[in-house]
Amino acid sequence: MLADFLIALIMLTNFTLVASSRINKTIQVAVTQGVILGLLPLAMGLWRLPHIIFIAVAAVTVKGWLIPYLFRRAMRKVNIKREVEPTIGYSISLILCALGTGLSMVLAHNLPLKAGTPNVIFLPAALSTLFTGFLLLVSRGKAITQVVGYLVLENGIYIFGLLLVEEMPLLVETGILLDLFVGIFVMGIVINHIRVAFDSMDTRHLAELKD
Amino acid sequence: MAWFLIFLPLTLAALAYWTRSPQLRLRLLPLTAVMHLLGLLVTLLLAALRGWETLPRGVWLGLDALGGWVLLVISVLFCICAFYAPAYLKLRPERDHRIFVACFLVFLGLASLLAQARHPGLVWVAMETTTLTTAPLIYFNHNRHSLEATWKYLIIGSVGIALALLGTLFIAYSAHMGGLSEPLQYVRLMQESHLLSRPWLRAGFVLSLVGYGTKMGLAPLHTWKPDAYGETPGVVGALLAGGVTSCAFLALLRIYAVVAAAGETQFARELLIGFGVLSMAWAMVFMVRQVDFKRMLAYSSVEHMGILVLGIGIGGVATRFALYHLAANALVKGVLFLSAGNINRSYASRQLPFVTGAIRRTPVSGWLFLLGFLAITGTPPFAPFISEFNIAAAAFSQGFVWLGVVFLVLMGCIFLAMSDTVVQVVFGTPNPHRVRTPYKDTAATTAPLLVALGLALILGLWLPRPLEVMLRSASTWVEGKP
Repeated sequence: MLADFLIALIMLTNFTLVASSRINKTIQVAVTQGVILGLLPLAMGLWRLPHIIFIAVAAVTVKGWLIPYLFRRAMRKVNIKREVEPTIGYSISLILCALGTGLSMVLAHNLPLKAGTPNVIFLPAALSTLFTGFLLLVSRGKAITQVVGYLVLENGIYIFGLLLVEEMPLLVETGILLDLFVGIFVMGIVINHIRVAFDSMDTRHLAELKD
Repeated sequence: MAWFLIFLPLTLAALAYWTRSPQLRLRLLPLTAVMHLLGLLVTLLLAALRGWETLPRGVWLGLDALGGWVLLVISVLFCICAFYAPAYLKLRPERDHRIFVACFLVFLGLASLLAQARHPGLVWVAMETTTLTTAPLIYFNHNRHSLEATWKYLIIGSVGIALALLGTLFIAYSAHMGGLSEPLQYVRLMQESHLLSRPWLRAGFVLSLVGYGTKMGLAPLHTWKPDAYGETPGVVGALLAGGVTSCAFLALLRIYAVVAAAGETQFARELLIGFGVLSMAWAMVFMVRQVDFKRMLAYSSVEHMGILVLGIGIGGVATRFALYHLAANALVKGVLFLSAGNINRSYASRQLPFVTGAIRRTPVSGWLFLLGFLAITGTPPFAPFISEFNIAAAAFSQGFVWLGVVFLVLMGCIFLAMSDTVVQVVFGTPNPHRVRTPYKDTAATTAPLLVALGLALILGLWLPRPLEVMLRSASTWVEGKP
């Protein structure tokens, strides 16, 4: 019950993400989403298993503390506040996000879950979050917003992973943690290089290579 | 032995990172490569003597014919690159090569892990980490353009890898639906494939194809490729085009084998053929009037990734020749990227109006570039001719007549498109306004290329019996019979 409520909250944050024009707010929403997801396994009643406590703690620490810290550090050095002129406008992004959510419902309908799974809403939520991440990745020009997009995409995979975490903890946990590490750590380094080289974090500077 | 192949390069990479002596660091490259290749040959020999028997289900690491073949290709290519790299790095004294050498060696260790991994999760971890270690290699030049290429590589590659993770989880869920529990080694998945839930398996395959296909550089997911290959040194381009892509192809083949074991080939093959033809056609369009010869090679790599998946999609004999093509493509791409790197050094440019008449300025590299071009476009007697010819023949004999015709037409058009650029680069009259550089072909920058081209020639004329047995065993695995 609580888990379903949290998932509904996640799906709402997806809409906030694509509609917000201030980068600070986008980061805040993504962090909130990450923390909710970190707490989700506990809400699912899996708190008896020690390794699930571990992944919850890891997810909350990384998504709720480490990532915002890295983002704030990157933001302080470059003075940017707004995502100016996204490739896809905010209202169109909202419509696309709604369409994506609807499409996830249809897709999830075609992938039957194991009989007796209590959390039927997880699959559409995972797919729609994945789609939101994609949308942010392709429609935003700032390197930092693209990393937020990657994070959201990652969150989608995490939601799906929760369906399997009881049966296949090793696979799910290594996958999710490693993916997260890569996204943040490496892209953080590259963002730093972009900042030094261009004195800004706009990836539109990175558009000189073409045919 | 499995651990030796993984940890030898990793240990020496740590040594290369910590040592202060550049001479020692440069010597570590060929040393590691030779030791790795010898270790691999011993492992393969032992496995071949046992007749490539199927490894037990519960094993996490082990070399079968398929993984062995891919790792052999990577190890040979790595050896060629490792003998070339010290000479190249000496030409670039302004760039610190500590991270370069370390990442280069780490890649070999991770490729060994990937080739020997028997579990989809482990393969995924290895694939993810190869993305990480190759990113600093792409950023070697430390300028704005290489930064752009690295950013694209990381963002697009990471999204691909994330999708592959989701695909892996989907396949795990399909096993979960069938009542299987961890650990789900490939052999186990294949032997109990009748239990796998079909919708999840199909969805998992599509996600893996898109995910690992991004790392291979199949169109339309290849957009990072021309930038990354164009901006890196030729030696990194060679390793990416023959090594990283082979790793991703292997990861995809492992999943395909599970799908084939479950009897879902029909649907998978249509997808593979679609991606294959699209990649070839897309590459052809962008090769026409391509003024940048390194980008042209990148599109050629897209084309050959297309041929690989096309071969798997056609199936039967073509599967074996797709695996053979992996080796042919890696060797010839090595020649092409390394000679292109030499020409690039000599002209300080890789754009057409500035780079002409390479055969006079750098005769050996010019000839090698020309021969490499002829080899890759399917001129006998080089190895790519054998595989390309047999894949086309298999298409005709297995009822894909239209596909065979399209394949041959595309190959012909690509030959014409590439020859336009190559002929100008190699022959053409030298531009009087070109930049003068001190670069001259030396034995160190050309001998490894000659070896690679020689190997491609030998492989085209004669496939040793043990290798043929290994290829047959590998292709039965791909067809879903462990």
